[in-house]
Amino acid sequence: MVKKMEGNKIMLEANNIDVFYGDFQAIQGVSMKMKENSVTAFIGPSGCGKSTFLRVLNRMNDYVDGFSLKGEILIDGKKIYEKSVKVEELRKQVGMVFQKPNPFPKSIFDNVAYGLRIQGIKDKELIKERVETSLKQVALWDEVKDELKKSALALSGGQQQRVCIARTLAVEPSVILMDEPTSALDPISTSKIEKLIFELKKQYTIVIVTHNMQQAARISDETAFFYMGKLIEFDKTDKIFTNPSEEKTENYITGRFG
Amino acid sequence: MIKFSNKNRFKDKLFEVWGIISTLIGIVLLVVFIGDIFVEGVTRIDGKFLKSLPSMFAEKAGVYPALMGSLWILFLTAIIAFPIGVGAGIYLEEYGKKNWLSSLLEINISNLAGVPSVIYGLLGLEIFVRILGFGKSLLSGAMTLSLLVLPIVIVATREAIKAVPPSIRQAAYGLGATKLQTIMTQVLPSSMGGILTGVILALSRAIGETAPVIVVGAAAYVGFAPENPMDEYSVMPIQIFDWISRPQEAFKVNAAAGIIVLLFITIVMNGIAVYFRNKWQKKVKW
Repeated sequence: MVKKMEGNKIMLEANNIDVFYGDFQAIQGVSMKMKENSVTAFIGPSGCGKSTFLRVLNRMNDYVDGFSLKGEILIDGKKIYEKSVKVEELRKQVGMVFQKPNPFPKSIFDNVAYGLRIQGIKDKELIKERVETSLKQVALWDEVKDELKKSALALSGGQQQRVCIARTLAVEPSVILMDEPTSALDPISTSKIEKLIFELKKQYTIVIVTHNMQQAARISDETAFFYMGKLIEFDKTDKIFTNPSEEKTENYITGRFG
Repeated sequence: MIKFSNKNRFKDKLFEVWGIISTLIGIVLLVVFIGDIFVEGVTRIDGKFLKSLPSMFAEKAGVYPALMGSLWILFLTAIIAFPIGVGAGIYLEEYGKKNWLSSLLEINISNLAGVPSVIYGLLGLEIFVRILGFGKSLLSGAMTLSLLVLPIVIVATREAIKAVPPSIRQAAYGLGATKLQTIMTQVLPSSMGGILTGVILALSRAIGETAPVIVVGAAAYVGFAPENPMDEYSVMPIQIFDWISRPQEAFKVNAAAGIIVLLFITIVMNGIAVYFRNKWQKKVKW
């Protein structure tokens, strides 16, 4: 199951991306390459376009009124904005975890099984197996294995977020996008999720948006700094946080603005 | 320094008293009305009253055909208005693009809710009774009342769908669900409580309507209970009105008894609506 750490293989590639909401340009000329089995963090002040850019990667913006995009995004070598691409297929490959835990108002089991069931999978044994595997991956199995029928909404915020991650893992994506996954959580739950991200990168490529600079420094391999819709700097995390090339990056990470 | 003057206190009290009086006026009037009706009519209600045909003799007359007509109308209106109203609500909320056409539709739907019901009767008379040739049937009546309650059902559906947080839709999309799957597996189940509440309240309005069904040909006197949607019919409000307009005192008692039956149906329906609302509210907490 565990994929080889190839390290250098490019999983996501963005070429000269412009994003518009109506007349407003949210992203300007962003190009970057993200490696397989690594954690890439997007940082930047509110409204800098980092979340928009993250959502471009699984076409989550498609339903937003007035959204348009120029440039191309390749995931595992495939252009994802081509007409022939089925957006549902793409999202199975590129999963997403959101800012606020958003479990469905269903049982824990049904939450994790949802992605499989909508694919038309009826094999109960297979579903059970995947639910168990996914909950084990997020280290929630031991806590909930006796109450899988309980509503996911009855869990704590941190547990809910782990259910949401398990739900994403159950459909076996290769990339996981995380949009400030710990911003609504307490420090203990946050550290659990961070530990989890560290484990998950062995199998998945992870892109995470975060407002928490220490978090970016702790968990990511590479960091991208966005400002006013532009990618200002993108480099190894160590480099960004110890010796950034751009003055704006330095000003932001040292807390002079943002 | 903040000063709480006596003048402000007085105004505060005055406002409260005004609120209490306003509330009481409505409730007291309703209690007096219902009390009066009950005293007059409740003894008249028995199995025979519910199962008898109308008659020239007040003591023999019953509501059976009108009651059956009302229940038929209720049933037919529900199965016509529910799919169309919910479908329109889903379209407007989930699919319709925000442009001039959707704004126009929206304004029209809100306006339709305010059109006098007799106008719907005229529309029904022309389209269902004459052009489509359904005649003075239950079907014509139910279709006309469906038009009447559609705006209510559509608005209720939209409100219920709006209450489903966007994060739930995003979660479903993020797992590879299509739009249809998202609506069927997440949006509708979560909003069904609100939708059903709206539908039931709309139906309890339909069952009390008189003017439009008179226009499309419901009769004041029908000597048999309708058996299929193409039969002629009467409904409870018309039967009640027919009795009230007669000179004999005994028929007024029948009218009061008929009102109690109609009120009972309405209260039961509202009770069901409340039940659904509470049940779903408990189940779905965000």
